[in-house]
Amino acid sequence: MSSVVDSHDHDHAHGGHDHHDHHGGYSGVMRWITTTNHKDIGTMYLWFSFMMFMVGGVMALAIRLELFSPGMQFFNPDQFNQFITMHGLIMVFGAIMPAFVGFANWQIPMMIGAPDMAFARLNNWSFWLLPFAGTLLILSFFTPGGAPGVGWTLYAPLTVQMGIGMDLTIFAVHILGMSSILGSINIITTILNMRAPGMTLMKMPLFCWTWLITAYLLVAAMPVLAGAVTMTLTDRHFGTTFFNAAGGGDPVLYQHIFWFFGHPEVYIIALPAFGVISQVIPAFSRKPLFGYASMVYATSAIAILSFIVWAHHMYTVGMPVTGQLFFMYATTLIAVPTGVKVFNWVATMWKGSLTFETPMLFALGFLFLFTLGGFTGLVLSLVPVDIQLHDTYYVVAHFHYVMVAGALFSAFAGVYFWLPKWTGKMYDEKLGQVHFWLTLIFFNMIFFVQHFLGMAGMPRRIPDYPLMFETWNKISSIGAFGFGLTQLLFLYIVLKCIRSGEPAPQKPWEGADSLEWTHLPTPAPYHSFETQPVVK
Amino acid sequence: MRATLKRVISLLATLGALAASAQAHAIAWYFREPGSQLARDIDTLHQYVMWLIIIIFVGVFAFMFYACWAHRKSVGHKAAQFHENTTVELLWTVIPAIILIIIAFPATKVVIAQKDTSSPDITVKVTGIQWKWAYDYVKGEGEGISFVSMLTTPREQIEGDAPKGENYLLEVDNELVVPVNKKIRILTTAADVVHSWWVPSFGAKQDAIPGFIRDLWFRPEVTGTFRSQCVELCGKEHGFMPIVVHVVSQDEYSKWVAQKQKEMAAQQDDPSKTWGLDELKARGEKVYAANCVACHQANGKGTPPAFPPLDGSKTATGPKEGHIDTVLNGRPNTAMAAFGKQLNDTDIAAVVTYERNSWSNKAGIVQPAEVKARRK
Ligand code: HEM
Ligand SMILES: [Cu+2]
Ligand SMILES: [Cu+2]
Repeated sequence: MSSVVDSHDHDHAHGGHDHHDHHGGYSGVMRWITTTNHKDIGTMYLWFSFMMFMVGGVMALAIRLELFSPGMQFFNPDQFNQFITMHGLIMVFGAIMPAFVGFANWQIPMMIGAPDMAFARLNNWSFWLLPFAGTLLILSFFTPGGAPGVGWTLYAPLTVQMGIGMDLTIFAVHILGMSSILGSINIITTILNMRAPGMTLMKMPLFCWTWLITAYLLVAAMPVLAGAVTMTLTDRHFGTTFFNAAGGGDPVLYQHIFWFFGHPEVYIIALPAFGVISQVIPAFSRKPLFGYASMVYATSAIAILSFIVWAHHMYTVGMPVTGQLFFMYATTLIAVPTGVKVFNWVATMWKGSLTFETPMLFALGFLFLFTLGGFTGLVLSLVPVDIQLHDTYYVVAHFHYVMVAGALFSAFAGVYFWLPKWTGKMYDEKLGQVHFWLTLIFFNMIFFVQHFLGMAGMPRRIPDYPLMFETWNKISSIGAFGFGLTQLLFLYIVLKCIRSGEPAPQKPWEGADSLEWTHLPTPAPYHSFETQPVVK
Repeated sequence: MRATLKRVISLLATLGALAASAQAHAIAWYFREPGSQLARDIDTLHQYVMWLIIIIFVGVFAFMFYACWAHRKSVGHKAAQFHENTTVELLWTVIPAIILIIIAFPATKVVIAQKDTSSPDITVKVTGIQWKWAYDYVKGEGEGISFVSMLTTPREQIEGDAPKGENYLLEVDNELVVPVNKKIRILTTAADVVHSWWVPSFGAKQDAIPGFIRDLWFRPEVTGTFRSQCVELCGKEHGFMPIVVHVVSQDEYSKWVAQKQKEMAAQQDDPSKTWGLDELKARGEKVYAANCVACHQANGKGTPPAFPPLDGSKTATGPKEGHIDTVLNGRPNTAMAAFGKQLNDTDIAAVVTYERNSWSNKAGIVQPAEVKARRK
């Protein structure tokens, strides 16, 4: 496996970050285009993700601007639907997923004591597919008819009515899927084959475990999505009728296929987030992770269960009663392993020696709010209650608790946690904490009130609403603008850290105990481990 | 420029009116008042689960916050090093599983009740059409009645040029009328894309799927008007196809049925009648306003490229047959629906005539008989 490590001498002693002699002689843009280094690629994934987060965020703000007051003010309904669709797709596939692949790239080799990822060139290619996909998504706005206005779920047969923007979106989804699959193969191979001597699977940091399982989920789920959008493509252009009853097809078939991908996708987003949290909480509790083995089992159980609950997104399509009951029971079952995780995290903190630096604050924010999102998930798992709440703002609130307070908070925790190791410098702790508190407050301002909107009967994906929903929508919109501005502070903190942060020690966090802290200098050397450490 | 400025100012004004608006409309934050046993059961189930959740949530996070407070490093707490405990781990796997089983019982009961659409008193077929609902009373008292129901909120209110009425976006021309305390079975289907029919007060929601028929039932217990909206994204005007159900006493219902049947008989058009240009155009304008204006716009300019203009268009100024066919059969794979089943020959002749003789178009009259001839 070490064949991928290029043959440059590496001088461990200088420890600075004099990168020039490490990357095959290219400099400037070519360095980034040709790099096969897991850290460079991880960095690119993270910056790409942040850019997409900004683009998707601007669309969210456009949506919230239109919804500030009843009536159509700024956009027409068609544009509104386009924003809804692209916000969802860009946030899921452009912001959150690449962010965690970025973490995987940076961290997995360092955590298992490897020099780099197993397939270094493939790694470069999996990243460089993304900008093409992102460009296609954004370009679709400028085609005749604009971007598709169908929601990120791309339900048939509405997709058949869309213009060429729909085709661009389909190709973008194909490319994103390819990128994910290639990345996953790389991660699986790296973890299974490149661990340092003595690093048994059950000694790996939990982050590596959650990514190993996520990678399998990706390999299993992404082709299903590719199939669904390909069938959409042929229905649009080549006269097939997979999703058209007039030709013997069924629109509901699309939903089944989509959600067979879609529910595992939820855990593709959540599991790596769980992984980050499982590194951060023990570090700031100065205490080993409670129930390591049960965490691994719980993660696997969630992954397996995630393939048999998809139709809980479809309680209102009119399934037979046995179908509804099966999917209800299976869905509630997921609460058990998820509960185990939450209990383990709390037990890790119990009788620890806690400090509350920014990564820990985000981890606690995650723990509290993700659990809240999990509980609304339990509410939604009950068929009769879901029938009342399906496709209302309650669902919008629910999945933002999971995706923003879950995945995004955990990504913030991870960035603050590892930034010193990545850059060799400390971020501004005060500003980091301000970032946390503002994010927390504005997040709840946006999304907590949406539970009320949903229960009171406001459908999702509407550009205008009856007067009784006005108050909560106003609060939510104000929160959204606060949230958006706060994220500029995050950008500032990261840039400030890179430019002028104080030098960081090898192990700035007292309780951190994985290899990147214990065995590598700060900043981490370009080729993580040239000689593998021996783990006892 | 002025328009933008106007918007910004109105934005600022509304910002100031936040508190005022909170008082103007009672703040809705929970399910609507249940109007049927089913809705009440759902509400009860929801509260039951919510209380369980709140108790567990408070319990778990009491531990977390206690640890945050008592086990801080800053008060000198030393970290213990335990990292597993089989008993505790078993307990917190088994207890939640038991709680789930406890929840499953009442939930299952409601699921089964909700699915039981057998022996209804009245059956109504609801068809979702971009962007309105068609109601056909197919069985029980009122059988044979059918009408289309769509938004009546004027465009000026939506665009902010007129004050918004009390039932803004929740008002329709023809409400679904049903008698109180009768089991109503709704069959849902759709003409184009997936829609979803929902009345929160009855706990009744069912997707309307093109090419398939699904069903749901409710038994309203109180008279009154119940309002809601389409809940499945169905294209451009998804936010503008409300559902309004008017529940009346049995007496009133019978009267309404008689009245409606008389109206329908009177409305029967004679498709062989020959019309004059002006009267047909006047009728066509109404049909246009109800069915076409959302996409093709009042000025006939459409919103290209998705919704093409009719003013000066090849179809609307070329041979009549092409124009009639487009309206009858729609254009596949676009938002242009087939109106053949929703509109009668006279309506189609009227709207085609209107389109051919409005704006800059001058392409002659189309009689109902010509439409009839092109139906297959
Ligand atoms: C500033 C933060 C955010 C705001 C204000 C925001 C706001 C919104 C709004 C208003 C909608 C439309 C809901 C509807 O009508 O159905 C929406 C949908 C959605 N959001 Fe966000 N969002 C934010 C962040 C995120 C993030 C970080 C994710 C990442 C995973 C995300 C994922 C989604 C998804 C998947 C949808 C569904 C799109 C659809 O209906 O097709 N959002 N968001
Ligand atoms: Cu799911
Ligand atoms: Cu709709």
